[in-house]
Amino acid sequence: MGIKVDDISFLYERGTAMQVTALDHVSAEIPDNQFIGLIGHTGSGKSTFVQTLNGLLKPTTGHIYYNGEDIDGEKFDKKKLRSDVGLVFQYPEHQLFEVDVITDVMFGPRNLGLSEAEAKKRALEALESVHMPKDLYKSSPFDLSGGQKRRAAIAGVLAMRPKILILDEPTAGLDPKGRDEILGMIAGMKRDLNMTIILVSHSMDDVARYVDRIMVMGGGKLLYDDVPVKVFRHVKELEELGLAAPQITYIMKLLKERGLDVSTDALNVKEAAAEIMAHRRELHV
Amino acid sequence: MMIKIEKLIHDYIKRDDEGNVAGTFRAISGVDLNVEAGQFIAILGHNGSGKSTLAKHLNALLFPTEGAVWVDGLNTKDEKNLWEIRREAGMVFQNPDNQIIAQVVEEDVGFGPENMGVPTEEIWTRVEESLKAVGMLEHRKKSPNRLSGGQKQRVSIAGVIAMEPKCIILDEPTAMLDPNGRKEVINAAMKLNRTKGITVILITHYMEEAINADQIFVMDKGKVAMQGSPREIFAQVDRMKELQLDVPQVTLLAYELRKQGLNIPVSILTKEELAAALMGEEQAQESTSAPETEENVESTEKEEADGDQG
Repeated sequence: MGIKVDDISFLYERGTAMQVTALDHVSAEIPDNQFIGLIGHTGSGKSTFVQTLNGLLKPTTGHIYYNGEDIDGEKFDKKKLRSDVGLVFQYPEHQLFEVDVITDVMFGPRNLGLSEAEAKKRALEALESVHMPKDLYKSSPFDLSGGQKRRAAIAGVLAMRPKILILDEPTAGLDPKGRDEILGMIAGMKRDLNMTIILVSHSMDDVARYVDRIMVMGGGKLLYDDVPVKVFRHVKELEELGLAAPQITYIMKLLKERGLDVSTDALNVKEAAAEIMAHRRELHV
Repeated sequence: MMIKIEKLIHDYIKRDDEGNVAGTFRAISGVDLNVEAGQFIAILGHNGSGKSTLAKHLNALLFPTEGAVWVDGLNTKDEKNLWEIRREAGMVFQNPDNQIIAQVVEEDVGFGPENMGVPTEEIWTRVEESLKAVGMLEHRKKSPNRLSGGQKQRVSIAGVIAMEPKCIILDEPTAMLDPNGRKEVINAAMKLNRTKGITVILITHYMEEAINADQIFVMDKGKVAMQGSPREIFAQVDRMKELQLDVPQVTLLAYELRKQGLNIPVSILTKEELAAALMGEEQAQESTSAPETEENVESTEKEEADGDQG
């Protein structure tokens, strides 16, 4: 079923001189089992948007429906929403605090009122999903490496068994291999656990490589909402928004400009190489 | 010589609750490295490879366990050099929000020189020049929290330049920024290097930010694992992957095409180079039936050997 966002707006400091429109009539459907990339420059409204999705912020106007129910309706169970829609903030490792990794991951399920045994079971599953080495379960979270800490923090949210997982810049500050590992792990979670993932990212290259759908925000509005190939055809508009296209798009565009008749739709190195090779074969038949 | 590092070793000491030494961790294990004045240097390396520890030695935030570091001829071990070194080698960190302290942009930039006891009038001249150098002069009266990430980071850089350093060390300055912000910060750093001759040392996880460096150092396990021009470094795609790093996407694409049989140079760093190489290669292909010129002999032979090029 998923989430239906129906014409929401959000104003900060409403009615004061400082009033800012963070969301301006946004509508969207977030179905089950989809990998979505959410992009937009700093201040575009994306953080506000994701916080409305799990009820941390209440839209000033408009409605959000979760599995058909209005999340601001009187009978609606917000606690259920917050465990179903998990939010991993930027630098989530700053929120690790327990004595060891497993206890930290158990914090969420315990808070849901689950038994110790159930909390532990979920924590173990979550740690496995993030590929945490077993010998680290009893380590202090502060002794882990940067990438491991981040995975432990993601496991903490995963242990609540969310149906929709929102990650805000999960790869910020990681080296290229760390980035690939985290994104590969997230793609795997989506596949194995049938989750919907919303990846908030500043890296167009990452987004292009992994997601099924891209939502572009700017000035509080949802400006584009489509498959990556189509969104990245709007290079000029994206740049005007302070964004960019993936590096590969720029490369293919230049090749085309210089007279190589290739399609500019490739989203990664593999597709680009295939396109160039196919073009060459055509040329020499 | 702006920076001279000799046989540097750095151990972090871990202590238990009572303050007793519980163990040591060697973050830098024998680094020799020289940076000439006026160079643009990039330092790459995976998380935990020792880059940030190394950077903190360059403005005496950390001191060698063994070996020595000289900044513009000043030994960091010598306590009387401390303030001089920190003024000459300014540092910009990852998170702009942790570095900006004042309520107004120009006051933030003036904080450093004021602390150094620079006369008021000169402070304002420096503030103006620094903000101009990073393209932020028009925002001088604004509150920093009204700025974008890239703008904040440029204010941080202006704050460092206002102290008139000879060298700026940027430790992952773009990690938290959107594409525009990243471009702004890298361009600002490059411009300072080109126009003011300030030595720039850029630590980054974004490979494409390193392509214009004069020299790249790649760190691994606390040592310098690779050293060379961007072209030399990024030509070694497999080695870079081994070190948990990457190469720019255009370099990777060229590498991929080469593997599939196209005759293009090993180390391509820009899309313009790739376009030129592909167009040249295509022409060489088309002339296979024509008499061979000296230039394309090698390429045509290679392609024919591969067989599937038509």
